[in-house]
Amino acid sequence: MPTIHLDKLVKRYDAVKVLHGIELEMAEHEFTVLVGPSGCGKSTTLRMIAGLESVSDGEIYFDGKPVSHLEPKDRELAMVFQDYALYPHMNVARNMSFALRLQKRPRAEIDKKVKEVAATLGLSEYLHRKPAELSGGQRQRVAMGRALTRDAGTFLFDEPLSNLDAKLRGQMRAELALMSQRVQKNMIYVTHDQIEAMTLADRIVVMHSGVIQQQGRPEELFKKPVNKFVAGFLGTPPMNFLDATLEARGDEVFAVAEGFALRLEGEKTALSNSASNRGVTLGVRPSDIEYAPAAPADRALQLNVLVSEYVGAQSVLLCQSGSNKVTVEVKSETPLALGQTLTFAVDPNRIHLFDRKSEAAL
Amino acid sequence: MNAANRLTPYLFMAPAVVIMAMALIYPLGYMMYGSFLDWNPSQTIGEAEFVGTKNYVTLWNDPNFHESLWVTLKFAFFCVSIEMVLGVGLALMLDRNVRGMTFLRTMFILPMMIAPVVVGLMWRYMYHPTVGTFNRTLDGLGLPKIDWLGHHALTSVIIADIWQWTPFIFILALAALQSLPRSAIEAAKIDGATAWQQIWHIKLPLMMPVLIVTGLLRLIDAFKVLEVILVLTEGGPGLSTEILALRISRTATEFRELGVAAAMSNYLLMLLLLLTVAMFAFTRWQEARANRLRAAVEEDT
Ligand SMILES: Nc1ncnc2c1ncn2[C@@H]1O[C@H](COP(=O)(O)OP(=O)(O)OP(=O)(O)O)[C@@H](O)[C@H]1O
Ligand SMILES: [Mg+2]
Repeated sequence: MPTIHLDKLVKRYDAVKVLHGIELEMAEHEFTVLVGPSGCGKSTTLRMIAGLESVSDGEIYFDGKPVSHLEPKDRELAMVFQDYALYPHMNVARNMSFALRLQKRPRAEIDKKVKEVAATLGLSEYLHRKPAELSGGQRQRVAMGRALTRDAGTFLFDEPLSNLDAKLRGQMRAELALMSQRVQKNMIYVTHDQIEAMTLADRIVVMHSGVIQQQGRPEELFKKPVNKFVAGFLGTPPMNFLDATLEARGDEVFAVAEGFALRLEGEKTALSNSASNRGVTLGVRPSDIEYAPAAPADRALQLNVLVSEYVGAQSVLLCQSGSNKVTVEVKSETPLALGQTLTFAVDPNRIHLFDRKSEAAL
Repeated sequence: MNAANRLTPYLFMAPAVVIMAMALIYPLGYMMYGSFLDWNPSQTIGEAEFVGTKNYVTLWNDPNFHESLWVTLKFAFFCVSIEMVLGVGLALMLDRNVRGMTFLRTMFILPMMIAPVVVGLMWRYMYHPTVGTFNRTLDGLGLPKIDWLGHHALTSVIIADIWQWTPFIFILALAALQSLPRSAIEAAKIDGATAWQQIWHIKLPLMMPVLIVTGLLRLIDAFKVLEVILVLTEGGPGLSTEILALRISRTATEFRELGVAAAMSNYLLMLLLLLTVAMFAFTRWQEARANRLRAAVEEDT
């Protein structure tokens, strides 16, 4: 259960650089989740930690010791591959017990462990099937089981639940959360699923084009994204971005555009000195906008409601404000008529501002 | 309509069947029929006397035929098993992406491209008791000379065959190896398998279907080797390297007994057929056993 430190990790495939100096420190027993759009280098990072890809530059440290010259088998880790990577010629039980059999553990212990893990994954009936005779989701669970039978110090998961139905995924997620509390291992987990990332992570790492954008606790990233990319990536439905101009009016600062003039509060008022008439991108989450016909003008947003999508307790409204499209999340019972311009209120403490050019948070 | 539908596939297969019949069945039938005749090359097949199973019975009791069969079996067994080990071993060793590997691989398959007669001549020269490469080298090192094509004729012939045909197994094994799922091997690395364990538990089992067919092809070929041995030893000394193919050829040309030669060919054919069928039966049986086992277990749970 080492602490893992990635020091300016670089990966090059010939001339193409896919990781640009990844700097990451993972504490003992930490559950780290890597998220990012497809092709951003999550799997590559994971495979370098595992020792399956060579390190082009930089170094990986386990407990302060450089390991990039070590073979995968000397790094004491278990991994769930994105493409499962099951042994086609072995049945489920033998797939799951392969590592233990190599370690020459006693037969009874192996059997017990395999049965246990198979039961938690709902694979007990399939122990004697070959991978070719399983469905995609079943194979994925076998891949998971193969990692869970090991007692490695570090677990690497590359989208381990991507192929399961929603219900099974929920169950597995709970299983994983339980396990991570119980066994106290390092877990590094790649996922596209926001809920998985938010619920499981001690630390979320958002990557984009081979660069870490931001890392930290889930709330931290959600509430204080450092740039527009992170803000837009976390949260569903995604954050709204509106072009606006900053205007100082007396001691107060407003973000102004067609349809709104929002007064800024708290630390954002400090922007008044630097930024009169400065163009910015205003970000606000759909859940931070509410229907409020009587909202004061300095908090109000005039929106023309175009479409309402019913998703149970909540409805998602697609609206128009000037030339911008805005999504709003409201309680489904809110009485709204489509096609009308209505007044909504924005919580001034939940407004995010980003520089237009650098896209960094202001 | 329905009947027509059912017949369509056969219609499409018909041309292939006709060609098969002409190319395969006709010569085979010709040979079958010939094996029941007392047939001299100067006669047409119509003039030859029908003697029933006499040729087969004669061969069955002929000690020279037994000897020849035994030599063939020994030759095929040693050639194929040593070639398999060497070829697969080489493939496992050279399955990596190092600069110059493509060139090296090409070098390795050169022997296979040389005409067998040339191979025979080459090795005959190298085996020459006084001026041959091997004995001169041994002499130079102060070691006793070896009577390659005399006392150790069969071994020498086997060595030449191994030299020529190991590359065949090498390239097929290499192709099999390179088409293995990379990710399964990576998973094995993560699971803590050493290089040997990866080979033993992952690579070899996954290559097995290809290896079985390769071995079978080599085995069938080894039973039919002719040119190299003809050039190297002509079957001698005595009958020590007279494998069946050679004996068949000599029976037909020197002893002028086409019927006996045909009967001998049929014995060889039956032997090969038996081997092939046994091999397939064995794999089938293994699969069936695995399936039964699994079905039994799944019913329990
Ligand atoms: N062998 C390779 N040669 C060249 N480029 C590669 C190679 N493997 C990966 N890449 C590139 O590296 C980048 C990162 O790939 P990676 O597999 O890490 O993405 P990812 O974040 O895991 O994406 P996904 O979510 O789709 O799995 C991609 O742009 C990919 O095209
Ligand atoms: Mg990936």
